[in-house]
Amino acid sequence: MSRCLTDRSIDHVVLERGEVANSWKTERWDSLRLLTPNWQSRLPGFGYEGDDPDGFRTMPETIDFLERYAGVISAPVRTHTQVTSVRSRGEGYEIATSQGDWRSRTVVLASGACNIPLVPTVAEAVPRSVATLTPFSYRNPTQLEAGGVLVVGASATGTQIAEEIQRSGRPVTLAVGEHVRVPRVYRGRDIKWWMDAAGVLDERYDQVDDIVRARNVPSLQLAGSSERRTVDLNALTRIGVQLVGRLARLQNGKAQFSGSLRNHCALADLKMNRLLDRIDQWAAENGFDGKVDPPHRFEPTEVEASPPLGLDLARDGIRTILWATGFRPDTSWLHVPVFDRKGRVRHDGGVVEASGMYLMGLPFLRRRKSSLIDGAADDARDLSAHLASYLDHQTCRSPGATH
Amino acid sequence: MATTKTPVDNGVNVQALLGAREALREAPEGAQFQWRATCKWVYGTHSRTGIKRYFGLGQEQQHKTEFTFETDHPEIFASEDKGATPVELVLAGLAGCLTAGVAAVAQMRDIQLRSVSATLEAGMDIQGILGIDSDVRTGFDGIKVTYQIDADATPDEIEALVAQSQKRSAVYDIITNPTNVTVEVV
Repeated sequence: MSRCLTDRSIDHVVLERGEVANSWKTERWDSLRLLTPNWQSRLPGFGYEGDDPDGFRTMPETIDFLERYAGVISAPVRTHTQVTSVRSRGEGYEIATSQGDWRSRTVVLASGACNIPLVPTVAEAVPRSVATLTPFSYRNPTQLEAGGVLVVGASATGTQIAEEIQRSGRPVTLAVGEHVRVPRVYRGRDIKWWMDAAGVLDERYDQVDDIVRARNVPSLQLAGSSERRTVDLNALTRIGVQLVGRLARLQNGKAQFSGSLRNHCALADLKMNRLLDRIDQWAAENGFDGKVDPPHRFEPTEVEASPPLGLDLARDGIRTILWATGFRPDTSWLHVPVFDRKGRVRHDGGVVEASGMYLMGLPFLRRRKSSLIDGAADDARDLSAHLASYLDHQTCRSPGATH
Repeated sequence: MATTKTPVDNGVNVQALLGAREALREAPEGAQFQWRATCKWVYGTHSRTGIKRYFGLGQEQQHKTEFTFETDHPEIFASEDKGATPVELVLAGLAGCLTAGVAAVAQMRDIQLRSVSATLEAGMDIQGILGIDSDVRTGFDGIKVTYQIDADATPDEIEALVAQSQKRSAVYDIITNPTNVTVEVV
């Protein structure tokens, strides 16, 4: 967005609570790599130039990438400037920060979708003897006591961490609810390549049937690794992870799991196959058949006949519970009435109801790719255009205004 | 390709359901329902449960007529078999809920159903209810539902109907997840 505003000669500052790439520096576990291939991090005028386009950036590489970009575009970043409040004032906004106050005519909320790890209310019932972690407090398996680990949640975060912990010799039980299964590689190409090429990632928010639902779809079960490994539930079962249903209740040291595991897996298998059907159709229509591997389908997710419905944490040796149950944005500093009844900022493709306020980087904000690094460019182009015309209109309407 | 197609009709008023969804999204208090049943012991293991009133959309509601359900135990349990066993009515509830879901989802997805039938099987070790072995669960040890569906759809689309129906089914949720039950005597 800063780059697009600069291109339009719109005076702006970027307020950063810490340093550039702060959440990548401070809120990620050690082994994490980007889930999108190197070539796919395309920022306006800035992309990957190395010799491993299909590889996945480590965290230090991701941080370096973003720092270099900030330098290249000369982004006017004010680091260590924590925003403590945003309020409406006249036709603009008053922004209080740890480094003084600002007035502005427009505000872009770009603080992200994953500021606070969500922990279900059942967490209150975890016995004191069992350690609990979130994806923010988890760094690597050596943090954990020896013994069993219950990982709750089987989306991108839960599956990756479950794999790493299981491989460290701590037996993992993985509680699986609704999830989105995809292979890392299909017909010889990265799944993200297919989704990009076939236009899946470019689908717009105003073209899908049910945008509320689309915005709440869990993250794809993907991992970035040098071997381009698929880390789906079958892969986890093969290394010994015990799959159970969604965590339904925790009481008196006993966990109860939903009997819905089989259906959650069936839904994910069917959804994956619909995506692969779409890819195959696109490949056929665009002359890829014969140039890439032939279409095929993956084994259905294997679910044992009677998955366990409960665990006695003490008796079954669970020493740690890791909540991989999603994230939410932190908007506690936003004192403008733009929230829906569930506390989400109401917006139309990133244009917030309050005049001159914009939102970036949330799942399916404007496009399916909106939450990816690769999604920022198109969204920023659209929203900066809207912002510019808003400023023009505002100036015309109040010719005496000073700024 | 231009094809003329008779409109899909599974007898589900999707427009009304979608309308209700929109209305209740705006006014979630109307979505608070309470379902009720009243039961009278008849004799032995025979009871009669009546269902008429419920609460929803902000007010008292009632069915067009009172529905009654006889429950009893079979003769091999030395009972008079005046009705289905209560556990069989649980299966009826699950079957009715999932099948209604299949019809609604099919209508929503523009899939014409020709026939839908389901067989439900639930295993139970009655050493649990008889108190012979306290390690044996009193309830079902599992439920298997087998659907046979004839519809204008691919096998995967039919699988998806059944999967989506489970996802939205209240009885499926009630059976697969724990529910707090409070029983009082007044």
